[in-house]
Amino acid sequence: MTSATGVPSASMTWRGSPWLSFAGRRALRFVISLWVLATAAFLMIHLIPGDPVRAALGLTAPPDLVAARREAMGLNDPLPVQYWHYLRDVVTGNLGNSTLSGLPVSEVIGDRLPATLELALTTFLVVLVVAVPLGALMAVLTRGGRRRGGELAFTSTSVILAAIPEFLLAVGLMGLFAVQLEWFPVAGRDDPGSLVLPVVALAAGPAAVLARIVRTELLSVLDKDFVRTARAKRLPPRLVYLRHALPNALTATLTLGGLLLSALVAGTVLVENVFAWPGLGSTITSSILQKDYPVVQGIVLIYGTGVLLVNLVVDVLLALLDPRSTIREA
Amino acid sequence: MRGFGARWPAVVRTPVGVVSAVLLFLLLLLAVFGPVVWGGAADAIDTNALQQGPSGAHPFGTDALGRDILARVLVATRLTLGLALLATLIGVTIGTVLGAAPSVLPRWAGRLVTSAVHVAVAFPGLLLALFFAVIFGVGTTGAVLALGFSMAPNFARLTQTLAASVAGREYVAAARVSGVGRARILFRHVLPNIAEPLVVNATIGAGGALLAFAGLSFLGIGVQAPSFDWGRLLGEGLDRIYLSPASALAPGVAVVVAGLAFNLFGESAAAALGHRARFARRPESAPVPEEAAAGPAGDAVLVVENLHVAFPGQAGWTTPVRGVSFTVHSGELVGVVGESGSGKSLTALAVSRLIEAPGSVTADRLEFTGTPLLSTSERELRALLGTSLSMVFQDPMTSFNPTRRIGGQLAELSRQHQGLSRRAALARAVDRLRAVRITEPERRARQYPHEFSGGMRQRAMIGMGLMGDPRLVIADEPTTALDVTVQRRVLRLLARIRAERSAAILLISHDITVVSQTCERVLVMYAGRVVEELSTVELFGAARHPYTRALLAAVPDMDTDRDAPLAVIPGRPPEPGELSGGCAFAPRCAFATERCRDEDPVLAPVSAGHRVACWHPAAAGGTELETATAGGNE
Amino acid sequence: MSELEFAGVSVRYGGFTAVDEVSLTVPEGEVVGLVGESGSGKSTLAQAAVGLVPVSDGRILLDGTDVHRLRPRDRRVQMVFQDPYSSLDPRMSVGESIMEAMPKGAYAGRDARRREVARLLELVNLDPGRAAMPPRRLSGGQRQRIALARALAGRPEVVIADEITSALDVSVQGAVLNLVRDLQRELRLSMLFISHNLAVVRYLSDRIVVLRAGRIVETGPTEQVLADPRHPYTRELLAAAPSRHTELLGDDDSDPENLDY
Repeated sequence: MTSATGVPSASMTWRGSPWLSFAGRRALRFVISLWVLATAAFLMIHLIPGDPVRAALGLTAPPDLVAARREAMGLNDPLPVQYWHYLRDVVTGNLGNSTLSGLPVSEVIGDRLPATLELALTTFLVVLVVAVPLGALMAVLTRGGRRRGGELAFTSTSVILAAIPEFLLAVGLMGLFAVQLEWFPVAGRDDPGSLVLPVVALAAGPAAVLARIVRTELLSVLDKDFVRTARAKRLPPRLVYLRHALPNALTATLTLGGLLLSALVAGTVLVENVFAWPGLGSTITSSILQKDYPVVQGIVLIYGTGVLLVNLVVDVLLALLDPRSTIREA
Repeated sequence: MRGFGARWPAVVRTPVGVVSAVLLFLLLLLAVFGPVVWGGAADAIDTNALQQGPSGAHPFGTDALGRDILARVLVATRLTLGLALLATLIGVTIGTVLGAAPSVLPRWAGRLVTSAVHVAVAFPGLLLALFFAVIFGVGTTGAVLALGFSMAPNFARLTQTLAASVAGREYVAAARVSGVGRARILFRHVLPNIAEPLVVNATIGAGGALLAFAGLSFLGIGVQAPSFDWGRLLGEGLDRIYLSPASALAPGVAVVVAGLAFNLFGESAAAALGHRARFARRPESAPVPEEAAAGPAGDAVLVVENLHVAFPGQAGWTTPVRGVSFTVHSGELVGVVGESGSGKSLTALAVSRLIEAPGSVTADRLEFTGTPLLSTSERELRALLGTSLSMVFQDPMTSFNPTRRIGGQLAELSRQHQGLSRRAALARAVDRLRAVRITEPERRARQYPHEFSGGMRQRAMIGMGLMGDPRLVIADEPTTALDVTVQRRVLRLLARIRAERSAAILLISHDITVVSQTCERVLVMYAGRVVEELSTVELFGAARHPYTRALLAAVPDMDTDRDAPLAVIPGRPPEPGELSGGCAFAPRCAFATERCRDEDPVLAPVSAGHRVACWHPAAAGGTELETATAGGNE
Repeated sequence: MSELEFAGVSVRYGGFTAVDEVSLTVPEGEVVGLVGESGSGKSTLAQAAVGLVPVSDGRILLDGTDVHRLRPRDRRVQMVFQDPYSSLDPRMSVGESIMEAMPKGAYAGRDARRREVARLLELVNLDPGRAAMPPRRLSGGQRQRIALARALAGRPEVVIADEITSALDVSVQGAVLNLVRDLQRELRLSMLFISHNLAVVRYLSDRIVVLRAGRIVETGPTEQVLADPRHPYTRELLAAAPSRHTELLGDDDSDPENLDY
């Protein structure tokens, strides 16, 4: 009996518009996260044991070259000064120069970013278009213990797909469809067909996970009281599912969709390496191996910002979809 | 830790659980004995067999130095598993500590940890691993630390979420009130209660670590030559994929199999420990066919004869409603009273055709305003039931769709069944909200359910039932979730609807006093049966069934003698599976005889409008306390 | 035995005031019934008394000493919770749960503590053999008896009972109420008995306090409050209370037209 009624609606106690304060809180959280990210990227170089320049140039590099490079990178300044300069540079878009090629890091990133974005966004679209309808369909078909065979087939397929890491699938797909059957190019980004295998390799796991989540969420929504109300109104099943159940299942789906998109960003690193896709992922790997730290730092910053942006977009979408979410925060 | 071990064997009782457990065991054996058995073969350089394809001697070919790939894959099991488990151990330990810390740290420090974890968890594991790999350097140690650190935030958040849910439980509050310290609460109450999901997630996490480690080694950031794990072998295999696809196949298969074994074992453990429902097959007996209407039912709105509701369970079918019969006439207010598990709500859902598969509803007769409900197709029934039968459910907080406006939720009924335009339907919705006395109905119609109070929501729900022209309102515990003063107003609203529209009302409640104060006729249900049907006028003086009489005496009301102990019904209501052949109330009944335990009494008339199912009905007019065993024990 | 006094107690969460300057006394050996609807602040008041929520203003005194100054091991104020399904740790046996609540050092050795568990179980009419059982094997009514035994293990002088029968099946509520009544009389406990159900409060209490929106609207000896309610809200509660002699649906114009209930 307690807590069922009588608590004054939180919206009444809000000062000013709930949307304004929601936007303010989110913007603040985003800025703070960016700052944490930039600080982490800065610390990354300083946490490397020993001298990063010496580590990058190798033990045989002449001492005066090391000293000159240290001076050029500002590594001889006191740490707080370096930190201040770093933050200032990041804000103005100056990410330093590659220790290997000497090119500005921002130029390297500008060169490689479109390829990664193309891969990640195409994959995300494919995941959504496949997983949401499939998961919803499976929920409707298998609810209440019906079609147990279908449920078993769906669940086991999705568990297996989700357990195969994207780089392995990439290697398998390449071996079969590029090397053996020669349907698609083995590597590179020159041919429109070259997008197919990387996207399939990246999309399979997340699509399997998301489809399962959509199904589970929709099943739990179908058990809710308000779906029973909709059925008591004798609406046709089509309306019960599409108007009342699915929108309520999507909020949880969206939260996980955001996580999946973030994970996709990581997946691109591996898949880009398999297919020699000229994006940020293959660049960061080679830069780590070659100890080109300014490039690594810059790409970490870009990946991190991308992840934070995805989270921001998901939060805003959640607030738009669910009329209660701005208030739940209180 | 009581009961902890008892549930784990259930994990290996499922086929998937067995297979994955056996796989894990084999992997473990391989990790221990693999290097001993094949260690020599894996390192034997054979310059005569460089980069060979599959052959009898080398089933998966040889590598650039002529070493047998199969042997190398088998030997690599130890390093691969060991590193994955080590990384998991690091991640789980740090994660659990970070996750549990807020419960013992000072509040500000706890908040700091929580928000740090919140930020870190947004970043995908592999990115964190790359970040740490840069710091710790390329190589095995760096990769293990990097993976461990990158697993920690997720695990910390899981621990935090689980711990928070346990910390909110009353037993933790009770321990605090008893003077138990925070550290002891954490170790004695919180951690043991979240251990199971933590172990399950650590297993799945180990699978993830194995795959991630393979990824790092594959990129060249993990294990360095001359050491080798599956990821490194896979990377080497990729370089030769044109020459010998099989050399990439062997380590690839090993990674997938091991990853699957961990994942599936974790999943089946989660399923087994989470008590996921498993259904038995439907019983073979065909549903009893609905008979043709036996004669005119007069002004009956609802006729129910021999209604059964059954659900499949783990141990076969259970039948929570077992042969319920009653009739509701036009304009009547009938109450159904029973404890939880008596089948009263299922009866309501069954007569309104809201029981879904796999539940099964059968009846000799089930008619609403003369239309048989079980033999008519759902499509044909939609308009009839949508406009003439309205439902009010127990919890107004959850019975509206939280993402749609109230007005729209009312209006869609008229749009669907009465063919009204959007505008006309909305106008009707506003009008009905006004009819249930919601102030400013135009404004309220545009609001979402969470902006309504509980009582308002329940009235809006009743208003929804008025969108059509209801002949029967089924109200299932409509006031249980409401305060008593609000409860009275909602009941009066229902009574007004009955008076104004001559609709019948079926009021379902666990509260016999509320029903006696509201209704004209009462059906008392116990263990899926109606045990007594009588008018409310007779309830206090002339109830005949021992259960009815005991129920009246056991519930204190404003007239109860404060100096006498309350009457007590010994025992508890039976579960549907516990019923034997006799009267379901016999084990708790002071008058039960041999006959009661052997033979189930049928509902039979004792006077006009009064039916009772009892072999030894009390004499009309006896005092209530005679029938109940006062002061007894459970 | 002791007296529990609330002196101008307020509890605020952010801008929301859950309890607003409440002053009331639970006299030694008496039962004070606190009645109110959800959101009236009655549970918050109970939690404040045992230190589960911080008091924003005012003081709660046990025999004149602020309860927040009592040593953490002092267990003279105990509480029984609403939901017997969540108030016992599923991983502890019934006996362990009770033992945990015993004052440190009060019983020398495990045997003495076991004997005390057996005594407490008998006190709440349960077979002492149940001490080794996990709570999941007990019914709701039995669990609520265990919860009572655990509260008594702390040798309390004041017991706060918060909606202890509302999660129970109607047919077993009576047995728990009888037990509470017997124990209170036998042990001469001071008791704050909280419920939304006026009939239950009436059955047990010497005095009644009516709480609404965090404030006390009426207080007095039970017979007097029920026979001659002064505040319109008390009258409304009385009219809505379960009684076999009144009609809930009868015309009653005392019903204020506050429509946004």
